[in-house]
Amino acid sequence: MILDRIRSWRPGRAGLPYLLLLPALALELLIHLIPMLTGVWVSFKQLTQFFIRNWSEAPWTGLANYRVAVDFDAPIGRSLLNSFWVTCAFTVLSVGLSWLIGTVAAIHTQDAFRGRGLLRAAFLLPYALPAYAAVITWSFMFQRDTGLVNHLLHDQLHLTGDKPFWLIGDNSFTALTTVSVWRSWPFAFLTLTAGLQNIPRELYEAAALDGAGVWQQIRRITLPSLRPVNLVLVLVLFLWTFNDFNTPFILFGKAAPEAADLISVHIYQSSFVTWNFGAGSAMSVLLLFFLLLVTSAYLFLTSRSRGADD
Amino acid sequence: MRIHRLAAATALVAALTLTATACGGGTAGSADGGDPGTLTYWASNQGASPEQDKQILEPELRKFEQQTGIKVKLEVVPWSDLLNRILAATASGQGPDVLNIGNTWSTSLQATGALLPFDAATLAKIGGKDRFLPAALDTAGAAGKDPAAVPLYSMAYGLYYNKKMFKDAGIEQPPATWDELVADGRKLTKDGHFGLAVEGGNVSENVHHVFTLAKQHGTDFFDASGKPRFDSPQAVAAVKQYVDLIATHKVAAPGNAEYANNQSVTDFATGKAAMLMWQAAGANLKSHGMNPDDYGVAPVPVPAGASGSALTTSMVAGINLAVFRNSRNPDGALQFVKFMTSTEEQTVLNRTYGSIPPVKEAQADPAFATPELQTLAKVLGSSAQPLPRIADESQFETLVGTAVKNLLAAAAAGKPVTEDTVKAELTKAQQQMPAS
Repeated sequence: MILDRIRSWRPGRAGLPYLLLLPALALELLIHLIPMLTGVWVSFKQLTQFFIRNWSEAPWTGLANYRVAVDFDAPIGRSLLNSFWVTCAFTVLSVGLSWLIGTVAAIHTQDAFRGRGLLRAAFLLPYALPAYAAVITWSFMFQRDTGLVNHLLHDQLHLTGDKPFWLIGDNSFTALTTVSVWRSWPFAFLTLTAGLQNIPRELYEAAALDGAGVWQQIRRITLPSLRPVNLVLVLVLFLWTFNDFNTPFILFGKAAPEAADLISVHIYQSSFVTWNFGAGSAMSVLLLFFLLLVTSAYLFLTSRSRGADD
Repeated sequence: MRIHRLAAATALVAALTLTATACGGGTAGSADGGDPGTLTYWASNQGASPEQDKQILEPELRKFEQQTGIKVKLEVVPWSDLLNRILAATASGQGPDVLNIGNTWSTSLQATGALLPFDAATLAKIGGKDRFLPAALDTAGAAGKDPAAVPLYSMAYGLYYNKKMFKDAGIEQPPATWDELVADGRKLTKDGHFGLAVEGGNVSENVHHVFTLAKQHGTDFFDASGKPRFDSPQAVAAVKQYVDLIATHKVAAPGNAEYANNQSVTDFATGKAAMLMWQAAGANLKSHGMNPDDYGVAPVPVPAGASGSALTTSMVAGINLAVFRNSRNPDGALQFVKFMTSTEEQTVLNRTYGSIPPVKEAQADPAFATPELQTLAKVLGSSAQPLPRIADESQFETLVGTAVKNLLAAAAAGKPVTEDTVKAELTKAQQQMPAS
């Protein structure tokens, strides 16, 4: 009798997960949702240095900050648009290359061989290094006169006519993409290596018996089996890369060259360096909508095509 | 499939909120205890490292504690963080009691209302305004308003030149005009050595130099009513003159366009460049092993036959000491300001940092009688002008400094830099200034 009562008093199986999620939800609200809503609220205000002390009393400007941000004929909007395109190109290249290198490396280290553990550990090194230390090292290597990159390309391989600049001017895009790929492909490698463990070996054996070559095995077995992993991987890489702040900021400082003016640093500069927090918030909110749009489109398309596959 | 959906959703939320909170206002400043017996002091990084600053400042803070019984909690803030920390403290009202600010920020920070105004009564509590060098006190706020801070360490730009390289090239005097500088620079540029080193990737350095040049061309980057005029013909000429050091005259190495970590000081100290325009570089050069006898310091060149505003050779550089208006111990804070600006402390600290005391009485100390500091003190007293003392100064610094950085980058890459490209770059910078 009593036992029954206790049993009925305990939260039901259906309720338990929600109960366990509650602390996380509360923290999520506190750490993420409230600052986010504050950011949206600030984007409707004219928050400059004159009001930062009593920032809740900054004058309401309605959509003025948004109008400035999307006025692509004026310099502020034009530079935001430029920064947006730079970020898109950077993201596509960086995510694509990271994924490709990660996939090739994961497939090549799938079968056991002598020194595989060591090689895998070496591959993961960029991922394990603190971002600041790693990127600052790259910035030294990219120095025009004393850097390792020009020493190799110019002094030793004689590939360039004149010593190129990597940290200023147009080449800064190449430098930025290189460092970004270097930093993020190990994550792709790690994820895909884990994904490969789940593919039954028998599939490959059977395919080999049927006369399938390595390339066919990869196309018919490996890639389709990795599909769920890849869906998450590409999305996560996309979001991380699109929002990457550390790499450009450490590489170029607060004033990035136009060719490598990623949107995260651009917004930082628009709000913190030029003290126009309202305009910076409006740009952030626009970016938020863009990412939301891309992500939902991605999830919608991939879940639909998965439905068709099944 | 469930798990991967969840992972994706989590990643999405995390990534999105990261973006959105980037505008939220940064981390909150450290709250002071509110105990009237203590003060919190944010010192900017003046020495070779924050640790060195602590070693220099701690004994002085103990002296203050012995005199007044007030304990000072010291935090040395790196330059890269300082402005953001101050802004965060301003937004939250939780900050230090006393803090260092770069003197060019004074007017911008004054506009926030976060700093205690030094009106006549307040100034009287720390010994009166007449103790300070007028040019230095001018940098502490907008014209016609009570200063928002008082000067702590002062600096000015001078032209540092390598005596031996000058002698070897047969040059007897440091250049006094820009034509002479370019001519001397050409003579000194050979065998991988360059006439001049510039810190072209450093936005603030760029602004300081083009500000001086603009003054020499008879203009400012703002008109009398405080409206930006970045692309006036004189401002264009001033910026072009600076960029031409790399673009046309080639007296500075193209690689200088990416210098942002004081590499130009290193180049000068190691003899890679024969001249350097810098503010109080002595202590820095010494740490690179350069003997004070190896270099001379002259005022930055002016145009031939210059007079009036064209004789400006430097901005008024330096660090100001401010009291946070939200301080829970304003009386203690003012006692501390009085202590730090006392003749004795001014002598000790400026001697250690190789800067010039903005307190007149302290300048009499023999430590400031070196040829370098005497030249710089003279510049500060007679031919230095403060950067525009307007609320939008920090935006101006970023926008014009970045424009110059971009132009130098183009010049270094061998792209033509004409008056039109300079004007376009400056117009773009001006259009990004706040409309108000």
